[in-house]
Amino acid sequence: MRKNYERALKALQDEVLVMASMVERSISLSIEALKKRDLELARQIIAEDENINQKRFDIEEQCVELIATQQPMAGDLRVIIAILNMLVDLERIGDHSEGIAKIAIMIGDEPPIKPLIDLPRMAEKACQMLRESMDAFVNRDVPLAKKICDDDEEVDALYEQVFRELLIIMAENPKTIGRATRLIWVAHNLERSADRITNICERVVFIATGHMEDIGASKY
Amino acid sequence: MNQVSMVTVNNKNNANVQPEGEARLRMENVNLYYGEFHAVKDISLDISSSSITAIIGPSGCGKSSLLRLFNRMNDLIPSARIEGLVEFDGVDIYQPGIDVVELRKRVGMVFQKPNPFPMSIYDNVCFGPRRHGIRNKRALDDIVEKSLIQAALWDEVKDKLDQSGLSISGGQQQRLCIARVLAVEPEVILMDEPCSALDPIATLKIEDLMRTLSASYTIVIVTHNMQQAARVSDMTAFLMVGDDRAGMLVEYGQTSEIFTNPKNKKTEDYITGRFG
Repeated sequence: MRKNYERALKALQDEVLVMASMVERSISLSIEALKKRDLELARQIIAEDENINQKRFDIEEQCVELIATQQPMAGDLRVIIAILNMLVDLERIGDHSEGIAKIAIMIGDEPPIKPLIDLPRMAEKACQMLRESMDAFVNRDVPLAKKICDDDEEVDALYEQVFRELLIIMAENPKTIGRATRLIWVAHNLERSADRITNICERVVFIATGHMEDIGASKY
Repeated sequence: MNQVSMVTVNNKNNANVQPEGEARLRMENVNLYYGEFHAVKDISLDISSSSITAIIGPSGCGKSSLLRLFNRMNDLIPSARIEGLVEFDGVDIYQPGIDVVELRKRVGMVFQKPNPFPMSIYDNVCFGPRRHGIRNKRALDDIVEKSLIQAALWDEVKDKLDQSGLSISGGQQQRLCIARVLAVEPEVILMDEPCSALDPIATLKIEDLMRTLSASYTIVIVTHNMQQAARVSDMTAFLMVGDDRAGMLVEYGQTSEIFTNPKNKKTEDYITGRFG
């Protein structure tokens, strides 16, 4: 009945998926840059974060325009309000990846203090959570959204593990303190990213049920 | 907004949330027929005092018929027949011996098209009070001033009270009609599409006036304009036509809930513009 409006609402949601895939790529490439000491790639991630920021503003503008011109109600209104919140989280995850890329540049060609195993695992888990959060968003899947929030505990556990391990390395050899601290920052960026994904899941629950609830209280 | 905060679930129909507290107007299992035509089917609805209740729904779903049940305006249609209970302050208004003139004084009505009488602004407002026996010029002056102030029209017409009620703008005419209702000191004001003939600015003025009046009056409004229902009302009732062509209540609840998280799929489809 309101074909153009329906089309605009669909396009808006597709744009969120596009932004999420940009963010996912940024997370996984930032860890890649760190692992492979690829400074060129790190610089590319930093530059591309601008695109993510711009995407956020573009989608936000679409939301404002739909509200102003179409007066969306009920479920449609909830989708748009949820998207406005999800954009903030996605954009911030992009900043966390950019942060990791900056750390990769800071570390430069300093000798590694340990092989990177848990940090890539954290990044991989965060990427998986992000992909699933978008599945939950598309399908209005409340059980999946809640499951993703539970998965955040895995990321928290890895963070804890990385933290302890680096603490021991620093205690054993104070010369590593600078490098180890930077790796803790990386872990923190990933942990915060996963927390942001649980926020996105809360918005999915809001779209589906109309209720706002805190379902992903992180340990950190 | 003066939201009705306390609500209870009506056991008769889970989609319907009735306002808690004193029900000024009450309908219980009401059916309305025009001859063979079943216009309103089995509606139960409580309306609490000092609130605005909006009745929304597609054309022909029985909104206006439902509204007119509250002051027996349907009596004027010879084939109309009603079943069920309609109460005002606990009194069955369809029981024998009810003074319908008195009822309509207490439950006033504003119509779709502004309908000032072809007489001066002053006489329009005085019309009701005079019919009810008030002759004293000073008392009538007071009523005119008070009613026009309440209707947010005084400042615009105070210097031309002797001009025809038909000489002012559409929005002003509708506020004059509201002043005319207020002049007989009603307790409930029924409004049947009061803004549909008005421009957007005049509409917003009437809506603002409604919010002000809702502190002292119980207002029930029928509107085609969903945004208007969302803007002004505390409670919203959504009606639609059933398979048997009779108007039925689909969902009743707090306006804030109905417009953000309706319980019934049909309500959702209607207010998001997917049907109707």
